[in-house]
Amino acid sequence: MLRLERRARPSTLMAWCSPLLAVVLTAVCGAILFSVVGKDPIASLRVFFFEPVKDLHGWSEVGMKVAPLLTIAVGLSICFRANVFNIGAEGQLVIGAITAGALVLWLDDGENGGAWMIALALLAGVAGGMAWAAITAFLRDHFNANEILVSLMLVYVAQLLLSYLVHGALMDPDGFGFPQSRLFSDGWLLPVILPATRLHIGIALALIAAVIGWLYLSKSFSGFKLQVGGIAPMAARYAGFSSRSSLWISLLISGGLAGLAGAAEVMGPIGQLTPSISPGYGFAAIIVAFVGRLHPVGVIFSSFIMALFYIGGELSQSRLGMPSAITGIFQGILLFALLACDVLIHNRLRWAR
Amino acid sequence: MDALAPVIASTLIAGTPLMLAALGLLVNERSGVINLGSEGMMLMGAITAFATTVAFGSFGLGFVLAAVVGVVMAAFFAWLTIWLGANQVATGLALSLFGVGASAYLGLPYAGESLQPPQFAIPILGDIPLLGPALFRHHPLVYGAVALCIAVAWFLGRTRPGLILRAVGESPSSAHSLGYNVRRIRLAAVLFGGMCCGLAGAFMSLVYTPLWMEGMVAGRGWIALALTTFATWRPFRVMAGAYLFGGITILTFHMQAVGVPIASQLLSMLPYIATIVVLVLISRNATWIRLNMPASLGKNFNPNT
Repeated sequence: MLRLERRARPSTLMAWCSPLLAVVLTAVCGAILFSVVGKDPIASLRVFFFEPVKDLHGWSEVGMKVAPLLTIAVGLSICFRANVFNIGAEGQLVIGAITAGALVLWLDDGENGGAWMIALALLAGVAGGMAWAAITAFLRDHFNANEILVSLMLVYVAQLLLSYLVHGALMDPDGFGFPQSRLFSDGWLLPVILPATRLHIGIALALIAAVIGWLYLSKSFSGFKLQVGGIAPMAARYAGFSSRSSLWISLLISGGLAGLAGAAEVMGPIGQLTPSISPGYGFAAIIVAFVGRLHPVGVIFSSFIMALFYIGGELSQSRLGMPSAITGIFQGILLFALLACDVLIHNRLRWAR
Repeated sequence: MDALAPVIASTLIAGTPLMLAALGLLVNERSGVINLGSEGMMLMGAITAFATTVAFGSFGLGFVLAAVVGVVMAAFFAWLTIWLGANQVATGLALSLFGVGASAYLGLPYAGESLQPPQFAIPILGDIPLLGPALFRHHPLVYGAVALCIAVAWFLGRTRPGLILRAVGESPSSAHSLGYNVRRIRLAAVLFGGMCCGLAGAFMSLVYTPLWMEGMVAGRGWIALALTTFATWRPFRVMAGAYLFGGITILTFHMQAVGVPIASQLLSMLPYIATIVVLVLISRNATWIRLNMPASLGKNFNPNT
């Protein structure tokens, strides 16, 4: 029988291979799932892993999903490394979209816009996300309130706030009563970086965020203190590292990046405020962060995989007649598979009688 | 006065799913395991119950299968965390994310469908004016949840197995050295939690709002988790908290119905904001929380090391 046996020391090799193994395992589970519902498993997997990237247009669409996922996941990686469980990135994204969108709607006169204005609106998004995350940090810091539950409750509040605004103050007056804002004019939309596609500058911002995040965690003293606090809180306290500042820094960074992602979504592919601006990017990014080993460069890989799942889900609607909700199942399976594979970091499999 | 009866009645109904889920999670957490998968288990319970009832026309079978689905999901969680030593927070989140996705997928054919739940009334008591409609004309599970609360309180406080379960939650290594099988006891507690969450989900889609809508649990799984903290892990406080939150939900409905000039979205925020406020009030006293919280909550235990 197969038995688990504890390793003398954690395996570095497995720590790197386990995410790859998890992706393979997810694909296998997906193939089984597809055969159960009577679809050709090979053809179905092609829709998820090959069709999205078979041409330049496909790559650009994948890139558009990578942008928000990567931006958020970089922030969450920093947060989770500090052992601060910010589960409410979705809410911070929504608030970032609201603040950026509101600023655009306020300043946009159809003529102005341009690089500086766009930068200003993106910063408004960052500030919005930070402010929303700051509520969680403040309540944790001063009242010891569990950050998982608070940040999660704030997701529902943020979504209801967005719905309230697009039904009221920010609704398009000429929109025939549809719950959405007016379209932003061209000067306020993120520039497209790949001609003839929709791929916008958000992907570049995401990659820059990943590099800065990596530099912060591996080269800065602040990043070092933050990680010590996450791994060994007692050691951090003994060394005089403030757990309060780690809490605030990690939540503000992750909130700001989630807000940036939200701003880039409404100023990019969406182009206006609508009641639903994110298909769960904030939650998917939690999985992205874990699969990317909480490493800002690792999450580039995992956000790409997650983007494939999103596009694959959309394609499976037309190609396989499967609902796009299948994406959610894949996301869950991927995280399960990773958690199961991670067991092999500390243990090895042995045949035993 | 006549207006009060339906308010009390709907408060009891709205509080029931919260109470069912929170009682299950309470037992779960008293054994030292925190399962953040409650939202996912409730959603899967809700769609399972709804689909079963539509297919077979039996509400009873719907409840049973929802409980089974909850137990199966909890068993998977238990295998990953208790036997393979996976992080409880991450695994619970995975369970919730999976439940949200899978229930949305499975529920597509049922979107917008609704059921006609049977009416219940306790003979004689149900005919009392005012009190009858307020208290005695509910689904049996409304009373079942109250009974469950008493049973859990009795089990944890007055029985030997309850004492052992609490010991496992406080200090698994002591319980282990006394010869108790920590893993199996925790498994039982987690499975009980899964069953309760499944039932709570079934109550949502079969009784509370007898229809299926994607994401219809709307955070109640998370509120139930928060409830165990509010209640400082005491069953009767869970009951009080559940009815309080049921009351807040109903209050928002009634305010909308009588035309209070506040947008419906802002009123709908109330339960979530209330959760945060109560959480803040309770958690403010860190020592009190620490004294009441099961000491090994969230920490894995490996009997072989």
